[in-house]
Amino acid sequence: MMLCRACAHLFENGEHCPACGDDFLLTHAELGALSIAHIDCDAFYASIEKRDDPSLAAKPVIVGGGKRGVVSTACYIARAFGVRSAMPMFKALKLCPNAVVVKPNMAKYVEEGKVIRAMMQALTPQVEPISIDEAFLDLSGTQALHRAAPAQSLARLQAQIAEDRGLTVSVGLSFNKFLAKMASDMDKPRGFCVIGRADALDVLAPRSVSALPGVGPAAATALAKRGWRTIGDLRAAGERRLVEALGDWGRRLHQLSLAQDSRAVDPHGERKSVSAETTFFEDIRARDALEDILWDLSERVAARCRANALAGRTLTLKLRRADFQIVTRRTQLHEPTILAARIFAAARELLAPLAEGRTAYRLIGVGLSDFSDAAAADKGDLIDTRTPKQAAAEAAVAQTREKFGRGAVVTGRALRSHDKDD
Amino acid sequence: MRLTIERAVLLKALNHVQSVVERRNTIPILSNVLLQAQNEGLRLSATDLDIEISETAHAEVARAGATSAPAHSLYDFVRKLPENAPIKLELTGDDPRLFISAARVKLHLPVLPADDFPLMPADGFETRFSIHPTDLAKLIEKTRFAISTEETRYYLNGIFFHTVVDGGEAKLRAVATDGHRLALANVAAPDGAQGMPGVIVPRKTITELHRLLADATEPVEVAVSQQKVKFTLDQAVLTSKLIDGSFPEYARVIPKENAKVLKIDNKGFAEAVDRVATVSAERSRSVRLALETDKVTLTVNNPDAGVATEYLPADYSAEPMEIGFNARYLLDVAGQIEGQDAIFELNDSGSPTLVREEGDADALYVLMPLRV
Repeated sequence: MMLCRACAHLFENGEHCPACGDDFLLTHAELGALSIAHIDCDAFYASIEKRDDPSLAAKPVIVGGGKRGVVSTACYIARAFGVRSAMPMFKALKLCPNAVVVKPNMAKYVEEGKVIRAMMQALTPQVEPISIDEAFLDLSGTQALHRAAPAQSLARLQAQIAEDRGLTVSVGLSFNKFLAKMASDMDKPRGFCVIGRADALDVLAPRSVSALPGVGPAAATALAKRGWRTIGDLRAAGERRLVEALGDWGRRLHQLSLAQDSRAVDPHGERKSVSAETTFFEDIRARDALEDILWDLSERVAARCRANALAGRTLTLKLRRADFQIVTRRTQLHEPTILAARIFAAARELLAPLAEGRTAYRLIGVGLSDFSDAAAADKGDLIDTRTPKQAAAEAAVAQTREKFGRGAVVTGRALRSHDKDD
Repeated sequence: MRLTIERAVLLKALNHVQSVVERRNTIPILSNVLLQAQNEGLRLSATDLDIEISETAHAEVARAGATSAPAHSLYDFVRKLPENAPIKLELTGDDPRLFISAARVKLHLPVLPADDFPLMPADGFETRFSIHPTDLAKLIEKTRFAISTEETRYYLNGIFFHTVVDGGEAKLRAVATDGHRLALANVAAPDGAQGMPGVIVPRKTITELHRLLADATEPVEVAVSQQKVKFTLDQAVLTSKLIDGSFPEYARVIPKENAKVLKIDNKGFAEAVDRVATVSAERSRSVRLALETDKVTLTVNNPDAGVATEYLPADYSAEPMEIGFNARYLLDVAGQIEGQDAIFELNDSGSPTLVREEGDADALYVLMPLRV
């Protein structure tokens, strides 16, 4: 089967699309038979900024917080210079001195994420969002409705997002979530990658174990010590040996190595937590530098909470040390919050004793859980009269940024780097 | 060490000290009670490193000495011994265990060296005064229900003691708040208390102190420093670290110009709140008060459990208003009012309300309303 990426026509064979004559074609035997998709926006924040300021189009763009901050997202041009997410800004600017640095405007990104999600939901109600720019879709049974195979619907959606929103997304299409996500990652940006039942095992076999969900660098090292470097190695090891060595996790890895993943796309899956984390370009010891990243993460978590009208009461700070040990700390706030400032303040207190300057960390993350309705959040009390003011301020900032653009308001920690930049 | 002590005397002293000992300890000696046999008797001490309680019990000391033994085992054992049996405690160089005997019962307990027991340094106290046990108990009882248990605002996890000049008189004042309600109580400042640093005494210390106060007859000697507080009650000495933080500026929380005044029979009000709260939701426990001329209507409307209404006669002449409160907080406050009438001073449904007892200027409560 062949799919015309230009007009979404599905046909048997040919050099050109019989419908539009284009040669932007995708060939896969199971194109008409697969319906689980993963859609991931390409360099989301950076792409939005480029779209909104055409003068940036041909320039390397980095979204992140000032010279002292870290890279949130780098556009593909900047990535060509070696710039990566979570890299310290000064390092990124050393690699790519001509880069244009743009301060993140979370309110705008959240809004854009909502619009794109609505477009997905027009295809199928079975949309499971993973983050603001990423979701699983189950298109089973939509063929009759759209008079098109899922692959065609997805190609149209991809074209429609490009046309209407000026943004590109990458699509992974397969028969389960694990493979769909892997596929969307294999052909970025503006990719469309298909993994079918017939070729799944061959696609998986040569890939590194670290391509599996839940296998980070530490786990990969542990597996490599046993001689398991590729997914094919895991498959060859067999379930018994994997379970003996790794317990239940071994069973799960074995299933994945056989391309088995029974998780359903679940649009109603109640959110239990909202979190953001980032792995550093190089290990960080300084508390100040960790806090800079923490502020960025706090704003992300707050923006997502605001978008979903969820207020969390339990805050979790997660750090991964350079030796891959994970450290988590948790605290209860005295009332639910959606405010970046409060998330940051609480996380920073948890961070203080851990970031004593000697321990090197390679990852930091912050999350909120124990949700209730955002309408009842951040009311303050007898002692805490600052929070309601802060809540009003953050709401106003979110609105102002939406109206007048990214530079209109700079708050919190970003202000520090802002001052220094000017 | 060798001594004889009456069961009741040992039991009372052990009872006073053993409750600070945590059930689970990573440092073994913290599970122990320090036993020091001296001329004046047997001194027992226990600590969790934040609080230390010592008590001297009358005993016939045949040979002085000191050791430490598991507090909870010792307490449970002594509790189960027959009454009136004199108890012998003995530690000899030959046996590395504490030997306890009474009547036909014998017990050997493992010990740890007394020298390793972490006693708090007993110096550095700048302010000293003595206060009648009933005054101290009053300050605690009127405020401790409002102590916060929330970890993030650790500086609210205790009672804030300090001195003020109120109406031309020096007062010793206790304040506690969890952000939803605030409780304040005054007594006349004892001699020597004026100018003491404001201190936040932790919740656990308050609990232990209150327990000791129940048995105290003599004036309580209080010694205060920036880091520690020490209470001496008869034979018992309670030393505690203070909460290292600053208590919020509570004065701005207390409404000064709430013009709408409600006077209501306290007992009847508490009973009515308790009745209508039967159907309140577990989480909010919210009760709505509708005030009109000389009448208050209490309503709980819980879609899941039903609607309960009760009206009460009251003195009220301001314009009608409605306000919601947590039923438990209303009951806590009503429980503190000993006289006939409670006075509510209100502003509007969104502002803090002041509650006090009629004719008592030395205690007041502030309640944050709920949105209903």
